[in-house]
Amino acid sequence: MKKRVGVLALQGDFREHREVLESLGHEVREIRKPAQLEDLDALIIPGGESTTIARLIISNGFQQPLRDFCASGRPTWGTCAGAILLAKEVDNLDRPGIETMHIAVHRNAFGRQVDSFEADLNVRGLEGGPVRAVFIRAPLIQRVDPPAEAIATLDDGTIVAAREENLLAISFHPELTGDSRLHEFFLTIGTPAREPAVEVAG
Amino acid sequence: MTQTTGTWAVKVGLAQMLKGGVIMDVVTPEHAKIAEEAGACAVMALERVPSDIRKDGGVARMSDPEMIQGIIEAVTIPVMAKARIGHFVEADILQALGIDYIDESEVLTPADETHHIDKHAFKVPFVCGCRNLGEALRRIGEGAAMIRTKGEAGTGDIVEAVRHMRAVQDEIRRLQNMPDDELYTVAKELQAPLHLVQQVKKEGRLPVVNFAAGGVATPADAALMMRLGADGVFVGSGIFKSENPPLVAKAIVEATTHYQDPEVLARISTGLGKAMPGLSVASLPKEQLMAGRGW
Repeated sequence: MKKRVGVLALQGDFREHREVLESLGHEVREIRKPAQLEDLDALIIPGGESTTIARLIISNGFQQPLRDFCASGRPTWGTCAGAILLAKEVDNLDRPGIETMHIAVHRNAFGRQVDSFEADLNVRGLEGGPVRAVFIRAPLIQRVDPPAEAIATLDDGTIVAAREENLLAISFHPELTGDSRLHEFFLTIGTPAREPAVEVAG
Repeated sequence: MTQTTGTWAVKVGLAQMLKGGVIMDVVTPEHAKIAEEAGACAVMALERVPSDIRKDGGVARMSDPEMIQGIIEAVTIPVMAKARIGHFVEADILQALGIDYIDESEVLTPADETHHIDKHAFKVPFVCGCRNLGEALRRIGEGAAMIRTKGEAGTGDIVEAVRHMRAVQDEIRRLQNMPDDELYTVAKELQAPLHLVQQVKKEGRLPVVNFAAGGVATPADAALMMRLGADGVFVGSGIFKSENPPLVAKAIVEATTHYQDPEVLARISTGLGKAMPGLSVASLPKEQLMAGRGW
């Protein structure tokens, strides 16, 4: 079914997400103002620089509208910087993000750019074998608290993907590899609203 | 599970994460903190901003590692630094320092007037300047994972940045309208690798991210470059040579996000104080232009 999916376009690789979604036949909107969130079926918060996006979320009045969106039960997915911004707990980020998902995230956890890496990774619930995961100055998920649960880990047990009902947080970048399975998976995770949908402020 | 570092995907990928953002020149850890606070998506650590390099003359080299280290420690955003064109040992040193991106830059005095650095040989990614499509593809052929149009650094005059961005975009559009059998000759004329020329025709854009640089001094300048097709902007002297750096820096960050929205641009362009003084490129003697460095 064709869905209307928003990609938060304050900074980062929103174009790459848009292109994957369009290749799957969905309608995509780049979101730069809170009012644009209103009639979406799902939302992606892309990779980028988390400190930059956190500032732009605040200066553009996105913080509460994004919290309301997450609470409305519609699928919401943060990749890399987006995962940092969804987390209730983040170390080393000097601004609050959306703070809605029950995970604790550690920024730049693997070191500097020379330590950025690729690896094959199995994601629970995803059919068709492992995905090629690209980690760029990536965060790791230090802890998941119920109802959040880990859905992918590296060999050493490091959590790199988690799900909590309609929320998905992933440390790596499925939008860069030409494999659209995670985007398809994401659009199936919507649950009925956890609490009555809040009218989104304009 | 094998983890592989230094791949083309992770090199190009970091530049993809910087898109829609502003990379700011900084010369001290204090500047770096101001840039990060304003919302820069990365900083470029260098000893002098280009307008001072221009004024002081002499040989401009890689910055003092101690200064670079201080900047790396001061911020959590990616830190870039410049090496001279062809100076692969400066690049080795920057990689060893843990720099996230190396700018092989015409703003410094070139070390080699024939060859650029073999950038494939490094784990750290490189960004390089270009004035046209051929120059961009030569640099990508050598391993640059990000491109910036050169403009004319340290002038605060946007005219060269516009010229270079329009040149790249025009040549891409020209390629798209060309039959495949003419690409061999075009590659020869552009002095660019054939496979990259073919890829550009197919995809209708450069194979890597392309930022604008060299002359951005106001939020309107940043938005202009985004409208012309830049993926993001570098701002050098434009911030720390202005009257109110924190305010100008923040306004340029907002302008790079809202480049299509004149009402937002009008609001954020208000009350910023004096922009950097600036130098008209048309008034500069040819031997003082930096954009011509690079081969």
